[in-house]
Amino acid sequence: MSEPVSALNHAGFDGLAKVTECGLHGMITLRGDLAARAVKAAATGASGVKMPGPNEVQSKGDNALCWMSPDELLVICDYKDVRQVLDKMHKSLGAAHALAVDMSDARTMFCVTGSSARDVMAKLTPADLSPATFGPGQIRRSRLAQIPAAFWLEDDQSFRIICFRSVAQYAFDLLCTAAGAGSDVGYFSAAPIRPT
Amino acid sequence: MSKRIATQGRLIDRSRALTFTFNGRDMRGHPGDTLASALLANDQMLVGRSFKYHRPRGIVASGAEEPNALVNLGTGPSFEPNQRATTTELFDRLKARSQNHWPSLEFDIGAINARLSRLLPAGFYYKTFLRPRAFWKHVYEPIIRQSAGLGQAPKDRDCDTYEYFYATTDIVVVGGGIAGLLTARSAAQSGAQVLVLEQTAHLGGRTPVDGGTVDGQPASAFIDALLEELRAMANVTMRSRCMGAGIYDHGFVLGYERLTDHDPDAAGPRHRLWRIRAKQVITATGAIERPLAFAGNDLPGVMLASAMRDYLINYGVMVGQRVIVATNNDDAYRTAIALKEAGADVLRILDARDSGGGPLMQKARELGIRIDCGRAIGKVRGGKRVKKVKICAQNSSGGALEEVSCDAVAMSGGWSPVVHLWSHCGGKLLWDDGAAHFRPDPARPPTGADGNGFVSTAGAAHGDFALGDIVAQAHEAGRKAAQAIGMKPKKHDAPIAAETREARLLPVWLMPAGANIGLRSKAWLDYQNDVKVSDVELAAREGYESVEHTKRYTTLGMATDQGKLSNINGLATLANSLGTPIPSVGTTTFRPPYTPISMGAIAGEARDAIFQPLRCTPIHHWHEAHDAAWEPVGHWRRPYTYPRADEAHADAVAREIKNVRQAVGLLDASTLGKLIVKGPDAGKFLDMLYTNMMSTLQPGRCRYGLMCNENGFLIDDGVVARLDEQSFLCHTTSGGADQIHAHMEEWLQTEWWDWQVYVANATEQFAQIAVVGPKARKLLEKLGGMDLSAETLPLMAWAEGEIAGIRARVFRISFSGELSFEIAVPASQGLALWTALIEAGREFGVMPYGTEALHVMRAEKGFIMIGDETDGTVIPQDLGLDWAISKKKEDYLGKRAQQRTHMASPDRWKLVGLETTDGTVLPEGAYAVGEGLNANGQRVTQGRVTSTYYSPTLERGIAMGLVLHGPERMGEVLEFPGTDGQVYHAKIVDPVFYDKEGTKQNV
Amino acid sequence: MLILTCPYCGIEADETELASGGEAHLTRHGPGTSEDDFSNYLFTRQNPLGVHFERWRHAHGCGKWFHAARDTGTLEVFATYPAQTAEPPKTVCDAIRKRRPGWTWQGTA
Repeated sequence: MSEPVSALNHAGFDGLAKVTECGLHGMITLRGDLAARAVKAAATGASGVKMPGPNEVQSKGDNALCWMSPDELLVICDYKDVRQVLDKMHKSLGAAHALAVDMSDARTMFCVTGSSARDVMAKLTPADLSPATFGPGQIRRSRLAQIPAAFWLEDDQSFRIICFRSVAQYAFDLLCTAAGAGSDVGYFSAAPIRPT
Repeated sequence: MSKRIATQGRLIDRSRALTFTFNGRDMRGHPGDTLASALLANDQMLVGRSFKYHRPRGIVASGAEEPNALVNLGTGPSFEPNQRATTTELFDRLKARSQNHWPSLEFDIGAINARLSRLLPAGFYYKTFLRPRAFWKHVYEPIIRQSAGLGQAPKDRDCDTYEYFYATTDIVVVGGGIAGLLTARSAAQSGAQVLVLEQTAHLGGRTPVDGGTVDGQPASAFIDALLEELRAMANVTMRSRCMGAGIYDHGFVLGYERLTDHDPDAAGPRHRLWRIRAKQVITATGAIERPLAFAGNDLPGVMLASAMRDYLINYGVMVGQRVIVATNNDDAYRTAIALKEAGADVLRILDARDSGGGPLMQKARELGIRIDCGRAIGKVRGGKRVKKVKICAQNSSGGALEEVSCDAVAMSGGWSPVVHLWSHCGGKLLWDDGAAHFRPDPARPPTGADGNGFVSTAGAAHGDFALGDIVAQAHEAGRKAAQAIGMKPKKHDAPIAAETREARLLPVWLMPAGANIGLRSKAWLDYQNDVKVSDVELAAREGYESVEHTKRYTTLGMATDQGKLSNINGLATLANSLGTPIPSVGTTTFRPPYTPISMGAIAGEARDAIFQPLRCTPIHHWHEAHDAAWEPVGHWRRPYTYPRADEAHADAVAREIKNVRQAVGLLDASTLGKLIVKGPDAGKFLDMLYTNMMSTLQPGRCRYGLMCNENGFLIDDGVVARLDEQSFLCHTTSGGADQIHAHMEEWLQTEWWDWQVYVANATEQFAQIAVVGPKARKLLEKLGGMDLSAETLPLMAWAEGEIAGIRARVFRISFSGELSFEIAVPASQGLALWTALIEAGREFGVMPYGTEALHVMRAEKGFIMIGDETDGTVIPQDLGLDWAISKKKEDYLGKRAQQRTHMASPDRWKLVGLETTDGTVLPEGAYAVGEGLNANGQRVTQGRVTSTYYSPTLERGIAMGLVLHGPERMGEVLEFPGTDGQVYHAKIVDPVFYDKEGTKQNV
Repeated sequence: MLILTCPYCGIEADETELASGGEAHLTRHGPGTSEDDFSNYLFTRQNPLGVHFERWRHAHGCGKWFHAARDTGTLEVFATYPAQTAEPPKTVCDAIRKRRPGWTWQGTA
């Protein structure tokens, strides 16, 4: 069996922020009534992570549960564990009306880290990235320039971004351009205001 | 003459010199100069030619309102036309050229137009070029194109980069003058997050130039301390060189930040477009001084009084040594005083008011300046610069009382608040009779999402001009804005400014008031577009009453400056001509951006590789490495064909087709949409979405289906596989996956929300490879892992297993008529499977094939293609697909529409095959003509070509088309006139050209 | 450029994150309906200056369709609410009446 390869195979860039394609992750889309016991049990049981509230991410180690919509969660786990996790979820769901499907290969994950990470991201998304509105533990689905993306903060300087695999190169090029030399905005990173 | 003096110049760094060129001439300036101040320091009074008459023009203003000093900046890839010298910061080796003249600025042939000005009145173009009609295209338009426009369009690719920045904040303050800064402070003290945008490089505005005392300190020291304080506040961000360009609905503010215009060698983007969302916006955009309309007011050396003061105090440039000041208000006295104190000879202050001004006049008089009240400029004389001024009484027709030699004229017609940003999103104006200007009406602000006002004004933009009023009002404006967003401001005392009392202004729309027609024809309102008092009067006489119509007719207030100087004077002139009050004439519409912004900034980062997203399949790089020619399909790039060295595309396509028909080919079908539909009601749901019955499909089987919209038109097609009792996998077209996914969600969420169905778009989860051709099974058997025999996996069945060690789903479906397996594997292993197939297939002669081969082979089989046979007006019945439309179902999307009379009409064009009588290929999109003419006098048509190809299999042209009563007219020959002048003859045939029995795919 | 608050995820979405879907509260007409009713369903749309109901999808977000009641002239947004309703809920009508006294849903009190 061949080794699975992520879209950009861990490409990286060092600029105002560090941009990395962070390889393959197990990602399972779970659609269902998030208030239903079976659905909650399937999500938390398979991942070992607490149920996230609206627009939240809960994580534990490499596993995470991302709230994607009122009836959708994204279950993140190790890539090689996906089938196992999915089986467990299916058992746990039983006859409940829900859809759990492997989307690990459909997506690409990026990390953008550094003190300018918010500034870099704010060049591309109309989402409000003010620390008061968007902090670690929250997830936002929005767009990066012309593509849909979801992102959350692992800590105050580290974004995780997921987008569709087919546009991985576009997303990477966007992020690298936004993190390009000489383009620091200093809006969020509180760099000294440019002398007047 | 104009020169740099040894004193003043608060913004320049005299310790360093910069060199630059203007029209190739070397000049020197200092860091901190604008191009305008540096040109004036070099006594360059003539900077351009006017638009229509090519009159010599000089710098008239000191900021964004400048109409004349537009230059071409830079060369080659950094060339940019129409740049205002007054807002261009000087940098070393700057290259500027003046515009709108030939052969040179000094000697311009176009200046002949000035002599012909009586023949070029308002509306000249509209009156002259109407007839003869044919002349417009061939004679008038080419000549006008040649002579119109100001700067030249750039020819090279822009070498710079641009970007956006999205910011969400509580309060945006537009303008970093004293009002804006005080507003920002009091808003921030109230707890709000504040973003201040200042268009120039310097925060503080013009208060340091105008002087005054705030809280016992000189104004400039007060501002320095205020800036210090604001910089230390964590909730205040100030951006200089960042213009508030526009205010839009729901608190959207556009900021235009110029990052490297002043330092072109710096790394990084040139401009940044700020896309800001604010809860409240305060416009503290100041005011613009108005020119006075007197004859010769456009000569180089005639300048706004405030601009002359700016050049002196900010840049140490004295524009004239012997100056005449003409005014109708007190503020111009500040210029006279500053000039006098700096050593200039101020020959006269001509104050149009009979009683003159207040304390400032007193001070000027004490300095020994001669002040003539009730006087006006009758005419300014000179060629390329001011030489003499004829002085007359303001209440006269222009009879000269005396003539005085001078080298500069400072004029002030009063001040107009900059109401542009207030007005962009619907803020209304009030006419202030005392100050003779429009100012924002606080009772009618632009309203936001909650229906309440979200824009307020501060300082001069509010209509306050006395420093004491400005600081008090600005402080309060910041508190109020904070209150409006729910903050609870603490008590902070407003600053207090010492007052200088000013006398009332006298509205002066024409100087002298009774100027004769000779003078009115030389009194400019709009410098940039060469509109004079006489032109607006003519328009009024010709019946133009609406200010918007007058604007278009006379060109008053058009082009790059949008009438920043000319608006009020122009509409006052119109009002006077019409005999109506100014407020009833009203203003033209203020539209964003405030000053022109670069196209690059609007495009942002979207250029070159990231102009738009390109979607790549997991096998993309293999295609690239094997020289695929690409076909765009939506944002996807799919291999069109894989030409070998020196092989023409058509030959490559023919080779690929033959190889599929004779051996085995591989197609990257990863782009096909793959939607998973699951739930107890999934079957019922798909029965509504597809025209045929999907609920009866057995697990393990596939069925071809058609999807229509509620209008009945065919929107997508594809093969549906039933995965299990509750789950279906719906394949869509490559371009259709996202739309069809959205279509499903729409119906589930908004119509059948009680149905238990979930949909997920798994398109990109899988790489899908079609292995097609008589040797397909052999190839897959060699890789091993699954039983793919005809017995185990018949046509229209699917199975799950492993191929080459990779988990796979195999669909026995065919779009080519050959034995075909579509194999879906996880995307991360798509390339591995593809290369394994290529390796293992070598002995079977495997070749990749592209979309063109796919299209030709499907046409040979008579299969329709969404987007070829359909165009949004075609229903399945047109395409002979009645077999795929369930008769049993009561309802499906589109069923009712397909029962409408014209949908059910037997006269609809229907799908047929077309074969040229001589074997050539029919032109794409060609129409079949019939007898006679239709109601529009056009030739009657009776059909059209939807797909046409050369078939390498049949070695002839084949086509499909929609033809009136087509299926009943088999064998009939139709005429298709081509755009090449030839008429093609084609016979109506069955659309299935190849293997009509379907035996080849079913082995 | 509007901002609408998605009633499902609570995000104040920028217009560029949304997709518009035309008039809200249309009644689907299928087989068995009259030509007039069906053609009205397909083609006849309100285009008022004033209070209007629209469908929007939080397309670059949670993906949900919702309804917005807003004034097409002033762009005031009275309410956004879930799409699973055949007519505007009472709370929405009340919110509109508070701002536009005398307004009634389809002319009925």
